Amino acid sequence: MRPSLNRLIAGFVLAVSVVLGTAAAEAHPHVWIVAKSELIYAPDGTITGVRHAWTFDDMFSTYALQGIETKVKGAYSREELAPLAQTNVESLKEYAYFTFAKGDGKKQKFTEPVDYFLEYKDSSLTLHFTLPVKTPFKARQLSLEVFDPTYFIDFQFAEKEPVKLVGAASDCKMQFERPNSDGTAAAQKLGEQNFLDGGNANFGMMFANKITVDCP
Amino acid sequence: MTPIASRAMRGLAVSAAVLAAFAVLDGAVHALLAQNPFGAPRAAEPQGGIFGWLLAKQSEFYREMSQTIRAAKSDGSAVWTLLAISFAYGIFHAAGPGHGKAVISSYMVANRETARRGIVLSFASALMQSLVAVAIVGICAWLLNATAKTMCGAEKAIEIASYALIAAFGARLVWVKGGGFFRALQVPRPALAMAGAQQHGHDHHDHAHHDHGHHRHAHDDHDHHHGHDHGHDADHVHDEHCGHSHGPTPAELAGPGGWRRGLSAILTVGIRPCSGAILVLVFALAQGLFWAGVAATFVMGLGTAITVAAIALVAVSARGVAERLSGARDGGGMVIMRGLEFAAAALVLLFGLGLLFGYVAAERATCL
Repeated sequence: MRPSLNRLIAGFVLAVSVVLGTAAAEAHPHVWIVAKSELIYAPDGTITGVRHAWTFDDMFSTYALQGIETKVKGAYSREELAPLAQTNVESLKEYAYFTFAKGDGKKQKFTEPVDYFLEYKDSSLTLHFTLPVKTPFKARQLSLEVFDPTYFIDFQFAEKEPVKLVGAASDCKMQFERPNSDGTAAAQKLGEQNFLDGGNANFGMMFANKITVDCP
Repeated sequence: MTPIASRAMRGLAVSAAVLAAFAVLDGAVHALLAQNPFGAPRAAEPQGGIFGWLLAKQSEFYREMSQTIRAAKSDGSAVWTLLAISFAYGIFHAAGPGHGKAVISSYMVANRETARRGIVLSFASALMQSLVAVAIVGICAWLLNATAKTMCGAEKAIEIASYALIAAFGARLVWVKGGGFFRALQVPRPALAMAGAQQHGHDHHDHAHHDHGHHRHAHDDHDHHHGHDHGHDADHVHDEHCGHSHGPTPAELAGPGGWRRGLSAILTVGIRPCSGAILVLVFALAQGLFWAGVAATFVMGLGTAITVAAIALVAVSARGVAERLSGARDGGGMVIMRGLEFAAAALVLLFGLGLLFGYVAAERATCL
């Protein structure tokens, strides 16, 4: 049966190549977030958490507000939005809050968000939440990435004050790297490579926002 | 070269040809873009091949949609812009990776479907997708004024059902195609020259299918494989599920309403609405322009259908090329083609399982 096996393999390569071109990864954002983040340090220099403020695009904001009753039409108070904020942070858990931290190369975990609330302004929703680090840690180099590995959500950091260090020692240096202004360059890199990998693997990595903090 | 080696070579050549075709297509788009950046004038010109470019385009169109819907509130003519954008978005969205096309094209390969069927399938499933999206938003948001959470729950339930359907559909194809493949393997070699005569006894169904897959070269292999099929054309109706039954009845072969056979494919692909369409519909509803959202959704579906149909056509012709190159006349080619169908069927199954168990990422429901 060897010859037919050969052919089967060849046939399989063919079928895979036909389908691969169409099945690699579902990849285009449906939700856009403009993010601002703060890294929170304790007085002794340990990192205790990350505070995010994520502003959703108007289409998603409208979608999220669907069905929410308000006293005043078109105005949403923090209380009225509380159940939605609850839903948001609960859903985010599945995606590890799109926040990936490493202290000196070691992965760090977060616990469930605290102090979360939604704010409605200029027809956009902003989700505020604080992610406490599971075990506060000290690190000479902290790296924090914010992105959606499946690129359903496009994260862009705000133009002004994208990242702040709160309570960090004065000699800590922060570096912030954007994926690309419009994602095109990242998308370019992804072109053939992703096709060859057939990979869903770390697709969204290309769109990661990278924050690095070096504290001597 | 021994016949065996040459057959193996041919098989490899087929694969190489298809891969090359992809590379050429990709390169062509590059070249085209270099000369004619038919997008917005932008400093950084996308050079990343089809995917990179599609990605950028989709996002652009998608983002324009919400602005246009807002504009349509005060200026009715903006609806036309909305429709144009939706159409373009549909075309680009479907050209990107996604499960609908994968399932349809694998199905086309596995089931020896005709080009015409591919087109019908693509349009029918896109129409169904649009209808499901409109139904979800119409019922949940418009009638019941349900929250996003509820809607997302509905989306998720449908999503799981659709993945299970893909897996079931794939399992069914594997069952049927596996039978064909192993029968082809078991035909004793020396008898292969007479495969046509031999197979008649137990493989009627396959033959009937076989015939409409490749009219183009019907003349070379008719004599060998299915001389009895001359009179039939692509309008056969018969259920792929009955590959094991002996001798289909004339009604199965030539009954009216060819849609019945593809119905499972249409259901499988069409039941899962596009998250983008749902967002657009809800947004339009909130702006008091639900009808514009509905129109946009259907136009989007139209664009999607065009692209999926094109991909299905590529799959059908790739299959045709494979058939010619594998030289279906020598009997060994038969094994290749059955193997190919089997592999395509397996791919649908794997894909369904992958989606169901989360190994394959798909566009997710908008649940945040």
